Amino acid sequence: MAIKKFAVACYDDEEVLFPAVKKVRNSGYKLHDVYTPFPVHGLDGALGLKETDLHVAGFIYGIAGTCTAVGFMSWIFMSDWPVNFGGKPHFSLPAFIPITFELTVLFAAVGMVLTFCYLNQIMPGVKKHVFHPRQSDDLFVVALEINEQVSEQEVTDFLKSTGAVETSIQIAESEWWYGRFDKDEPYQQYKTVNG
Amino acid sequence: MNDRFEIPARLRNTSLGLIAVGVLVLIIGGVTKLGGDHYEQTRFWLVLLQTSVFFLLMAVASIFIQAAASLAQGGWIVAYKRIPEAIGANVWVFGLIAGIILMCVAFVFSVDGHNPIYHWVHPEGDKLLEGKSAFLNPAMFAGFTIVTIALWSFFGHKFRALSIAQESAPKNSTKIYWNMVKWSAGFLLVYALTQMSTTPWMWIMSIDAHWYSTMFSWYTFSSAFVSGMSVILLFVVYLKNQGNLEIVNKEHVHDLGKFMFAFSIFWTYTWFAQYMLIWYSNIPEETTYFKMRQQGPYSMIWYSVFIINFIMPILILMARPSKRNYFTVSFMALVIIFGHWLDFYIMTMPGPLGSHWTLGWYELGILAGFAGLMMFTVSRTLTKASLVPNNHPLLKEAILHQS
Repeated sequence: MAIKKFAVACYDDEEVLFPAVKKVRNSGYKLHDVYTPFPVHGLDGALGLKETDLHVAGFIYGIAGTCTAVGFMSWIFMSDWPVNFGGKPHFSLPAFIPITFELTVLFAAVGMVLTFCYLNQIMPGVKKHVFHPRQSDDLFVVALEINEQVSEQEVTDFLKSTGAVETSIQIAESEWWYGRFDKDEPYQQYKTVNG
Repeated sequence: MNDRFEIPARLRNTSLGLIAVGVLVLIIGGVTKLGGDHYEQTRFWLVLLQTSVFFLLMAVASIFIQAAASLAQGGWIVAYKRIPEAIGANVWVFGLIAGIILMCVAFVFSVDGHNPIYHWVHPEGDKLLEGKSAFLNPAMFAGFTIVTIALWSFFGHKFRALSIAQESAPKNSTKIYWNMVKWSAGFLLVYALTQMSTTPWMWIMSIDAHWYSTMFSWYTFSSAFVSGMSVILLFVVYLKNQGNLEIVNKEHVHDLGKFMFAFSIFWTYTWFAQYMLIWYSNIPEETTYFKMRQQGPYSMIWYSVFIINFIMPILILMARPSKRNYFTVSFMALVIIFGHWLDFYIMTMPGPLGSHWTLGWYELGILAGFAGLMMFTVSRTLTKASLVPNNHPLLKEAILHQS
């Protein structure tokens, strides 16, 4: 729970967005996030986002799946309930391979999806502040984190100069919360400086 | 831009040296082995058959990747397009050599009136082989081999000719581009009917003529394809180190590395699928094939092939930084090519030689000779045209490629 103050700029074209993001990063303002209606290629590079370690997590989940499958099947067929299948040895590794493979994929896939949701803080029912209703429609929204020492007029002028079609100053929750948008958003104040 | 390639003296000397080693080993092998007992004679021909077919299929994989990329309108391959083209344009060299060796093995080689490698040449008295003789007979073999190699050589030559013609076409003309798409569709049909189905049956699987597997062609294809991508990668990295191919960067190498990684796993999938079904059903006439390889005299090679072709690529090439490191990918390319050569070794040797196998100067010398031939012919073809396809419609996309 953290109520913070944001300067929000909306752009109507990704051609404008890229130079704007570059200017914002060079300006020294703290970039909160950029919201786009569709995945924009190269934006992660422009934002300077680091490669995630999601694939390392995936590798670990996969190995966990492999160990689970081999261990469980070995236990079943060797000690818990040994059955003679056509004279084959109880520990028949080739027969275990398909199931081991499937469990490896299953563990890696499910684990990575859950980790992805955790990293992005998305789950059914989890809400985050929406800076502009059209950020999932046709506007590219850049949110800067500011504080009381930053002049609202100055940051608005700066954002206008980068080509923003609409700017606003918002005081809102920066983290997620559980509940509904209309009733449960803890605190929200929205104002536009200079129209 | 430095888009012209001139063969450095070092490359010329190395490749000619390797060819000389190969020829020398071939002559010494011919003198010592052809006069020996029938195992020695069989080994002489079998190693030639294994290595020449391996190099031919590996070179044809270059034509396949061009056709596949062209049909899928893949742009990234355009950055180093000249390399698969040059390998494809030299398919006729490897085809000619493999064709001569295959003909010699089928028609010239004979010990006491029977053929130790292709038993089906004389099927008399063997019910199984007589039953298969509608497909496995000398006339079919000769005709099929000639037609296949001729078609492959033609397409390899045609793809390069089309690409060179694009250079002198009017600016922004896409006529040749679409023409190439049509020829690619034709090649995929030919490839599906040869490499992906019948050719490995004819040339390799028929060495163990009593045994058959419906996975075999896919398995051979995956072997040839992953080694073919490794060869392309080695040329890309070599030219890059020579200061050519400035438009190729880590993104392209990364994607080639992904191909090597993915198809190493695909190879394991086919390798294991073929093995497991036979292991599971446990029918004696099918399991003899793996009895010899997995538990018999070849078990050491069998398990090394698995380690080299699966464990090493999956562990080393899995991480993103290793696919973007020129040293790691080149090293893995060499390992993969050697591993799949060993895989072809284990496809061919056990049937005729049984426990009388060796892996010594003769086998490695022939491998060196073919490697030298590949280096020499391909680099000579590369000098003949600009390394950058300047007029290709997808060139910009290829330069901006992000993996």
